[in-house]
Amino acid sequence: MLNAIWIVPAIPLLGAAILMISCGLLPPRMVGAIGVGSLALSAIIASIIGINFMLAPPPGNSFTIILWRWMTIGSFSPAAGVYLDPLSLVMMLVVTVVGFLILLYSSEFMRGDEGYNRFFAYMNLFVAAMLVLVLADNLLFLYVGWEGVGLCSYLLIGFWYQEPANGLAARKAFIVTRIGDTGLMIGLFLLFTQLGTLEIQPLMLRANQSWFSGSEIATLAAALLLIGAIGKSAQIPLQIWLPDAMAGPTPVSALIHAATMVTAGVYLIARTHVLLALAPSVQMAVAAIGAATLLVAAFAALNQHDIKRILAYSTISQIGYMFLALGVGAWSAAIFHFMVHAFFKALLFLAAGAITMRLHHEHNIFRMGGLARRLPVAFWSFLIGAASLAALPLVTAGFYSKEMILSAAWAGGGGIPILWTAGVVTAFVTSLYIFRAVFIVFFGEPKTEVSGHYDLRITLPLIVLSVLALTAGFVETPGGLGSITIFSKFMASVFGEPSITTGSAETLRLMIASLLSLAGIGLAYVLYMHPSQQFVAWADSPAILRWRQFLFAGWGFDRLYNGLIVQPFLYVTRINRNDVVDHLYQGIASASRLLHQLLHRSQTGRIRWYAGWLAAGSIVTIAVAVLR
Amino acid sequence: MNVAFYFAASTAVLSTFLVITQANGVHALLYLVVSLLAVALVFYTLGAVFAAALEVIVYAGAIVILLVFLVMMLNLGGTTAREAQWLKPQVWVGPAILAVILESELVSIMVSGNAGAPSLVVILPRDVGITMFGPYLLCVELASVLLLAALIGAYRLAHIGRSGG
Amino acid sequence: MATVPIIQPLLLAVLLFTLGLIGVLVRRNFVFILMSIEIMLNAAGLAFIVAAARWGQADGQVMFMFILALGASEVAVGLALILRIRRRLTTLDSDAANLLRG
Repeated sequence: MLNAIWIVPAIPLLGAAILMISCGLLPPRMVGAIGVGSLALSAIIASIIGINFMLAPPPGNSFTIILWRWMTIGSFSPAAGVYLDPLSLVMMLVVTVVGFLILLYSSEFMRGDEGYNRFFAYMNLFVAAMLVLVLADNLLFLYVGWEGVGLCSYLLIGFWYQEPANGLAARKAFIVTRIGDTGLMIGLFLLFTQLGTLEIQPLMLRANQSWFSGSEIATLAAALLLIGAIGKSAQIPLQIWLPDAMAGPTPVSALIHAATMVTAGVYLIARTHVLLALAPSVQMAVAAIGAATLLVAAFAALNQHDIKRILAYSTISQIGYMFLALGVGAWSAAIFHFMVHAFFKALLFLAAGAITMRLHHEHNIFRMGGLARRLPVAFWSFLIGAASLAALPLVTAGFYSKEMILSAAWAGGGGIPILWTAGVVTAFVTSLYIFRAVFIVFFGEPKTEVSGHYDLRITLPLIVLSVLALTAGFVETPGGLGSITIFSKFMASVFGEPSITTGSAETLRLMIASLLSLAGIGLAYVLYMHPSQQFVAWADSPAILRWRQFLFAGWGFDRLYNGLIVQPFLYVTRINRNDVVDHLYQGIASASRLLHQLLHRSQTGRIRWYAGWLAAGSIVTIAVAVLR
Repeated sequence: MNVAFYFAASTAVLSTFLVITQANGVHALLYLVVSLLAVALVFYTLGAVFAAALEVIVYAGAIVILLVFLVMMLNLGGTTAREAQWLKPQVWVGPAILAVILESELVSIMVSGNAGAPSLVVILPRDVGITMFGPYLLCVELASVLLLAALIGAYRLAHIGRSGG
Repeated sequence: MATVPIIQPLLLAVLLFTLGLIGVLVRRNFVFILMSIEIMLNAAGLAFIVAAARWGQADGQVMFMFILALGASEVAVGLALILRIRRRLTTLDSDAANLLRG
């Protein structure tokens, strides 16, 4: 049964091909059927394979199958291979199941759009590329998937291409992630030339044997891979593309920019964690970047008024948590949080989409209000998602995953108090900003009219995701709450045995974190449910207003890069407007024209002149013969 | 016989020189005839009797006659002022230089070789005929084709059609 | 038969050839150019005859005959062309026929 693993990425790829070739020929119902059906099929097969794997694990808890040899050049012969182990299994299941739910939702959400066909083609292509990424057994094949998801991200962000701003956002996303991709590519070159292979498992074995911990070469390789991860996962300093990527349709934001593509960086680092462990300075950098990002993004989310931008900054912040976990060596915690985050973030985005589609695509939360009674399905979905994000204690999945990360940030190999502090402070800010959104959107006076109704295709994914967002956490609970370690035991073959920490200090930290998230909810209630005059006045005072604008602009990163990179580049292009290099080619043309002017005088058309030159020529020839 | 050769040679050179310096067309042609006759005599002294006869008959007797017809038709006889004007001295400078250089080159080539002495044989027309229709038969046929082509071409080109040219 | 060293008739041929060349380069009237070309052809034929006399074979004379045939056909076509040019340009100035200039 495991041999059929290649079908899982092949079906969406086939679906994408069919939809692309038949563009415009099929009726929308059939397009929807193909688009969603291919993913449903993929999800079913993935689940069957998953169950098979868990019940009857293959030897060594991993399964490799080589599909075909790509090329053979000397000692370089990469293959298209699939590697199935618990990590890729979890990723595959999340991608296919969440993808299926989102596509089902979007078959209703995108109904009536003239690019309906294109949308499903791109989404299927994306899922195929993402599956290639997570199932690849060598880094080159992984890179193929990496590039594929980057391409689909570009295509889908700029989906409504008639609007120039969307094209700009798509290009920005592509260019910024390109910076990361270049780092990754150089890293691949380095790994291949130093270790002679790009297959992941042999690579890590050889790295362990040949490289010392902390050696320069290991640090360089790990740093290059990190650059690739930062680009794709929108961490500081390459996080600027994700808020603008919200220009794409909401299902796209849900699938690509929340649940799956942006976590590709996390997957990459988790997959090559042996390399990272060989470079402690880079691992420290990962943790630092994660901590900085989660703080910066959380504060930025506090001040947004577009509901999707709030969720975008929230995504950046939560991926920061995953990076933090990777940085302290808590690999399973990062993957656990990834899984839970995929559920509740997709839920939040789909709920936000459900809201906007009933409000004539109004995105500004200050123009929404009082929707709790009018849109109950959206309200409860969003509330459950928000609770999971805010890590509401005990009942939500987000609580358990966040606790796992925070406890590892304190204890565990490399745990440092400052990281833990950043984590809990951000937990406070997280619940503050998300419940700010909840209270402003769903309570208060209604400001926009509601129209339409919900189809089953909208409500069913919302319900399923809500259930998952509440219950998915119960596979891994902290020491003081039952010590369930199903998840980390499952991941043990990839990451090593889990370390369980118990004790009163641990429980105390647990309670501090829970209290802070509840406090955030409370503060949000106080401030935003019935905003008092004092609060509004204080918020509009000049210093606070400037601070708020700074946060609104994402801590000024866009302006920084604009001044640092974009403007000098534009300046250079303006200077080179007449294109120095082009002058070279024009010079060739004008030189030949000049030569023509000179030679043109010898074409007089007079017979005697030509005869004279004939004679001169023959004289020269004879002279050459004579003088030899 | 050597005397005859030298005499004929100098006549040829002198009259050729006069051909190219005459402004009057008819005079030039007449000098050309003299030059050709002198060259025929040179042929005779070298033992090529058949070639000498052909020179007189075909060259001086047909080709130059064609030129005479043309000159008469186009009324180039009588010194035309224009023709004389075209023969100003400075026109000669360039060609003269070229010619001198060419001549010196050719002379140096010939002098450096070892030419030898002529064989004292008279080559009869019969020998020429045997050689011509023996090894050189193909060239003869090609020459006939050439003449045919020239005939047709000359007729077609000179013909004044109804369109007027 | 004459017993001059064979180089002397060859020198004669060279001289006649260069004179003809000068004529081609100097004269402006088409007819005179044609005449000068005939002089050059004649000189070439003389060279062939000299070679025949040197080796005592008839091949040189055969070549001379071909040169004759060539010269004849060339004069015929050339004269026809001169007539055409005269009709077209109403002059026999070779410098006037310069439509092929660059």
